[in-house]
Amino acid sequence: MSKNLQEILRGTRPLASQHGANRHRVDTERWQLITGRLGRGLDMLALWADPAEVHMAVRASDGGALVIVSHKIKDGVFPSVAAHHPAAGLAERIIRDLNGVHGDATPDGRLWLDHGNWPLSAPLSPTPQAAQKVPPYTFLGAEGEGIHQIPVGPVHAGIIEPGHFRFFCVGETVVRLEARLGYTHKGIEKLLEGKTPLQAAPIAARISGDSTVAYALAFARACESATGTEIPERAHWLRALLAELERLANHCGDVGAICNDAAFALMHAHFGLLREDILHAANLSFGHRLMMDVIVPGGVSHDLDTAGEKVLRTLFDGLRARLPDLIDLYDNTPSLQNRTRNTGTLSAELAAKFGTGGYVGRAAGREFDARKATPYPPYDQLDFDVPCLEAGDVNARIWIRIQEIEQSLHLCDAILGRISKGDILVPLENTDTKPREGVALIEGFRGDIFMWLRLGKDGRITRCHSRDPSQYHWPLLEAVIENNIVADFPICNKSFNCAYSASDL
Amino acid sequence: MRKLLFKSIFANTATTDAPAPSPAALEELGKQVNKKAKALLGRSLAIRVVDAGSCNGCELEIHAVDNAVYDVSRFGIHFVASPRHADVLLVTGPTTRNMVTALKRTYAAMPAPKWVIASGDCACDGCVFADSYAVEGGLDAVLDVDLHIPGCPPTPTALLQGMLALMTA
Repeated sequence: MSKNLQEILRGTRPLASQHGANRHRVDTERWQLITGRLGRGLDMLALWADPAEVHMAVRASDGGALVIVSHKIKDGVFPSVAAHHPAAGLAERIIRDLNGVHGDATPDGRLWLDHGNWPLSAPLSPTPQAAQKVPPYTFLGAEGEGIHQIPVGPVHAGIIEPGHFRFFCVGETVVRLEARLGYTHKGIEKLLEGKTPLQAAPIAARISGDSTVAYALAFARACESATGTEIPERAHWLRALLAELERLANHCGDVGAICNDAAFALMHAHFGLLREDILHAANLSFGHRLMMDVIVPGGVSHDLDTAGEKVLRTLFDGLRARLPDLIDLYDNTPSLQNRTRNTGTLSAELAAKFGTGGYVGRAAGREFDARKATPYPPYDQLDFDVPCLEAGDVNARIWIRIQEIEQSLHLCDAILGRISKGDILVPLENTDTKPREGVALIEGFRGDIFMWLRLGKDGRITRCHSRDPSQYHWPLLEAVIENNIVADFPICNKSFNCAYSASDL
Repeated sequence: MRKLLFKSIFANTATTDAPAPSPAALEELGKQVNKKAKALLGRSLAIRVVDAGSCNGCELEIHAVDNAVYDVSRFGIHFVASPRHADVLLVTGPTTRNMVTALKRTYAAMPAPKWVIASGDCACDGCVFADSYAVEGGLDAVLDVDLHIPGCPPTPTALLQGMLALMTA
């Protein structure tokens, strides 16, 4: 398949402005050949637009390099991707709301992020228009005898991000779920424009608070790829350590929270303590509980001293000592497994079709992890396993997390054993010569995060786009809940733990 | 499970001591929350959290104040699922325009007397998102705020200090 992509691109040349991956301008025929193969051997990693062009990042499912293809936008229209590839649906609606351009045969013309509350419309277009009158949102719905609706949100019962869920049910059984998001849209892509990489980094680090390390890393790597900056060796190792700490903290929090949604509070209490220990150690060793703003373009801003290293070693020993009892408890509690097994099952076929990453993909047979598939330092020098299961249910998503906790602990040991002294930060190079584009694909705790940016002649950002794994997880959550009961939605939802902020941007 | 429960009973408690109320937060409150509030509410404080467009960092730390280390319920503070049960509206995020209606409705659904806490730098002044077309740039633009808790995100200790201040003012 990789060869097929090359064959399609034959006769086009990669653009000199793009670094970190090849970008090709393609005609409509090539664009359509590529969109026709998405989900059938080709994975779409992102879809976004400039005023003049629409861009798509693709990669062969069986391996190979990431490639970006660009097609021109004519009179506000481009050849629709979503018409052939459902996973592109949300991206195409976002492009319509933010850029004011749309796919020619887009299957869903409803507004997504624009709820009619902004002072303008199409904020990313060169000529934003006055605010548009937005019609009431129409849900896709379901028809039949005895079907009733349950509206939930945007303010939820728990302490979570805001979003609306509309359930169409027959009795207790969910016939259709539709998520309506956009409530946390903060205009991040517009805010990033005109800023230098260093000014923009704190904004990028707040795209999603639970993945602040991952987003800071993706943004920094995109900046470094654009400018051709080589960061010090020690910075690479510290970044990986930070990323694994974030993965550990979130996975521990998630495993506990999923069990809590099955009313099994004991796991939640114990995993809550593990998570707290991790955040406390992060604060002692890196100066911030969530490790915000530690990774910056050019390296890391906070070094790990001997005392911090000791704190982390103690943390890892403590986690390793306490985890086995908790894992046994999960494994040996049939009443809990009764709730998680065969609940919210994602088929391997759908996972592959959507090219979905993270624990959602890996619990359903799609063995993609950006740390292995598109390796970046220092993971290319580290030995670790990518756990993968077939069942695709809540139980499988818990086990993937448990196994990833074990792998992360193993990685943290290896990192602490191999990290050497040295510089941790360098200035970005080549920031004021010519327009430069950079790209990054990294593995956050939820899955692969894509980041692309363009720097103008003055070294300032003219466009920056990020794609969260949740952009694919949300529609899949809608799919897996079908035929489950309403009461199982919280546990399914938590097992996906989709990001709202990073999806709404 | 019995083994684990048994161990927990004899283990040292994980909960930390109560933090001292922050003087700055106390001062701000002193002007706005009168003694009648304490008489009305006693030791119990019911909090409804609304995320008005945060990055989710604030929510993680609000969750943390409920864990066994900080354990806010021992101070009579609990998070409630409905605004109808709440004394306090705790709001995070830069107040996205898309959340204004839901936020106002949640506040309106709360019975008086009621208080509003802007939690985190975003809710205080919009933080890095203040200049965006999509946000109000802080909670003050939409509701009368009784207490601001700064921080990005506020640590569990800072949150606890703020809540204790609200009760002792």
